[in-house]
Amino acid sequence: MIHRLTLESIVKNFGNFRANDDVSLQVKTGSVHAILGENGAGKSTLMNIIYGLYQPDSGKIFSRGEEVSISSPRRALDLGIGMVHQHFKQVENMTVVENLILGLKGQWMMKLNHHRQAVKQMADDLGFSIEPEQQVWRLPVGMQQRVEILKLLYRNADLLILDEPTSVLTPNEIGPFFKLLRRLREMGSTIILITHKLNEVMDISDRATVMRSGRVVANVDTAQTTQRELATLMVGREVVFNVARRESKPGKPVLEVNDLTVLDDRRLEAVSGLSMTVREGEILGVAGVDGNGQAELAEAITGLRSAASGRINVSGMDVTGISVARRKRDLKIGFVPEDRHRVGLDLDATLSINSVLRSFKERPFSRRGWLDFQVIDKHAEELVSRYDVRMRGVHQKARDLSGGNQQKIVVGREIEGGPKLLVVSQATKGLDVGAIEFVQKTLLAQRDRGTAILYISTELEELLNICDRVAVIFKGRIAGEMNVSEATSERIGLLMTGGRT
Amino acid sequence: MTLDHFVRWMYALKGLWAVVAALIVGAFLVVLAGANPLEAYAALLRGGLFDYYGFANALVRLCPILLVSLAVIIPLRAGFFNIGGEGQVYVGALFGTVAALYLPQAIPAVIRLVLICLSGAVGGALWALIPAVLKVYRGTNEIITSLLLSYVGANVVGGIIHVYLMEPGAPYPYTREIPFDATLPIFLPRTEAHIGILIAVALALIFGTVMKRSTFGLSVETVGHNPVAAAYAGVSIRQTAISAFVIGGALAGLAGIFEVVGVKYRLFDHFSPGYGFQGAIVAFLAGLNPRTAIFAAMFLAVLQAGAGSMQRAVGVDTMMVGALQGLVVLFVAVGLAFRYRPRVITASAPQTPAVGIVPANSKVPE
Repeated sequence: MIHRLTLESIVKNFGNFRANDDVSLQVKTGSVHAILGENGAGKSTLMNIIYGLYQPDSGKIFSRGEEVSISSPRRALDLGIGMVHQHFKQVENMTVVENLILGLKGQWMMKLNHHRQAVKQMADDLGFSIEPEQQVWRLPVGMQQRVEILKLLYRNADLLILDEPTSVLTPNEIGPFFKLLRRLREMGSTIILITHKLNEVMDISDRATVMRSGRVVANVDTAQTTQRELATLMVGREVVFNVARRESKPGKPVLEVNDLTVLDDRRLEAVSGLSMTVREGEILGVAGVDGNGQAELAEAITGLRSAASGRINVSGMDVTGISVARRKRDLKIGFVPEDRHRVGLDLDATLSINSVLRSFKERPFSRRGWLDFQVIDKHAEELVSRYDVRMRGVHQKARDLSGGNQQKIVVGREIEGGPKLLVVSQATKGLDVGAIEFVQKTLLAQRDRGTAILYISTELEELLNICDRVAVIFKGRIAGEMNVSEATSERIGLLMTGGRT
Repeated sequence: MTLDHFVRWMYALKGLWAVVAALIVGAFLVVLAGANPLEAYAALLRGGLFDYYGFANALVRLCPILLVSLAVIIPLRAGFFNIGGEGQVYVGALFGTVAALYLPQAIPAVIRLVLICLSGAVGGALWALIPAVLKVYRGTNEIITSLLLSYVGANVVGGIIHVYLMEPGAPYPYTREIPFDATLPIFLPRTEAHIGILIAVALALIFGTVMKRSTFGLSVETVGHNPVAAAYAGVSIRQTAISAFVIGGALAGLAGIFEVVGVKYRLFDHFSPGYGFQGAIVAFLAGLNPRTAIFAAMFLAVLQAGAGSMQRAVGVDTMMVGALQGLVVLFVAVGLAFRYRPRVITASAPQTPAVGIVPANSKVPE
């Protein structure tokens, strides 16, 4: 039988670093093939090779049984290989149909009408409807993703590489998305799914290739494996899925938010009259579909954004009007921001500097305005060893670390600040199971030391796993709040989308 | 040494390569001008570096160029481009000159001299404050405002000299002479090399350390790398931006008043031969490093000081030095297009530019 895509002994080096080491795999025509691995396992490098962005140092690629060399993404597309990136490549203020025909070759007139019909038809065939004249930025993320897929199909791609496709979707969008993938498979497309979410692999894929440190550790039929086995293969050791936890013993209220209203960058109300309380030694989870005011809430509490009205009390003190620096230093508010690249780290600075990013003006890291690098380096060494950050040295730039290790630096730094209140936003986004386990354990230990933790996440499973109480945010308000013992995915899911329980 | 090390090393020295490339291309120009390039360069070096008077002359030119380069480097490290050193030089010179002419003689000379220099620094700082405040509070592009304010500064100062300060009967707008006891002492006998030069070099060394080892330097650096992360770190972007601009302006103002009380002893209309812009060249040539700027500024200074000797020795016009400077700018710009970054496991990390991360026409977040 001829496979849609075969890789033979692919090797790719970056300097002294071997990103792909003797990678071989076969993707059957008309199957969903999952590529599973931790951050930095070499999945992205491999996909970039298939997609023509990188050239392998050695090894062979066969497309439909013929040996090919894929010199560019355009060449990949000629071979029917298309990729949907995590960050969509769309012109947001153009319409769906304009995005679809953008860059199509061999036509002089745009023939918009013809394309409009064709797009509609294609979406119909796939089992969903789309408005071709809608501007892309107005579409929900799930629909934008479908536009990306349509774009590839429109260019006759029959091998679709999807890079972490569900990371941008809400829980309620994932089901329909998988339905779409199954439909695509029925229609003869082959799909390569890059992911580190095990349940998705079990759910949708026919075969899975597990990668670790640049090598293929296993090629398995999904039907003949278990989630636990895959996790062990991926991480190289047994993984605890449910972090062991004790009952919380909540103390005095630390964070009291009262009737808070916060505006977003467009000066629209993102948080509207929201109230909540977090006590010492408990984790309050904030569940919600991304974009319902979570980011603005976290920024208002930590001081990065000012409140339009309402009160935020921390340890009994009104903090609205107090600077970020003082909230961190005097009120001990720690913050693990959602976007570690843009907010949480200075990627161009060393790990040493990043380990004191929010405290370098304080003793003992500096005195009278002069930094003490000996103390800072020592602090960084301790931080990286305590939080198991894998790196070459503390003078390495933060940019050169993998996402999981970057996140460990941020989480470690915020916890080492001895926070009374810790605001954590999407702490495990993009992390692999090993790192997720570590971050969750660390946060629980911190809770047991009496820190009040506000845990914002879009992952229900994770919230149910580590929170004591869960509040659901919808359109800037708390739509409902419950103890974790009473919480179910269905109940939260309903509240998240504006339903009532 | 691996290839990687070699590339890294070559990259670190790219300012030097720009100079080498400029000299090589310049050599062709010298040939076109009908002279032997080796002889021309030898004459240039002899006249600008290896001759006692030439060397002193180069030092005199080094002083303003170095100070203005610092005025570019410090704000640029925070991601803000102060291209208006020229205007700050003029306003600084004016403030200092007024102090020199009108401070009561009863004040001891040393204290008067310090006050004069401080006035110059204040003048430059105030002129730099305008684009800084406009940028920080109104989002006005600081490149445009500081550049245009250069011309405003030069002409306003010229106008003030003409109307209020001009020496009666002077053929050209310049002020009275500064009292001799209010001028900078000379440290190389029988030359114009004044102690302002030593102060400039010391300031470059001091700011080298400040940028590297102080909390202020780290704040500036963080704002330059990533303003959002800086805000998260509790660094006030507005305060940092304004401080960096004001310090830069003060240094440019110092350059202006040093020219008056160190070299010319009068404030002349349009006295600067473009120090503001030469400072920008040096800033980039030095890779925004205050210490390296000493050497980069010396390079330009030697070119200018040796130009006359070259003309006398091989008959190449002094304009050739202007062409060489232009070539240096060109090759420094070429060098900026090459970014060395080891491509290891970073494929997924977003690439942020090292400078100018706050879009030039955007308002600065608090």
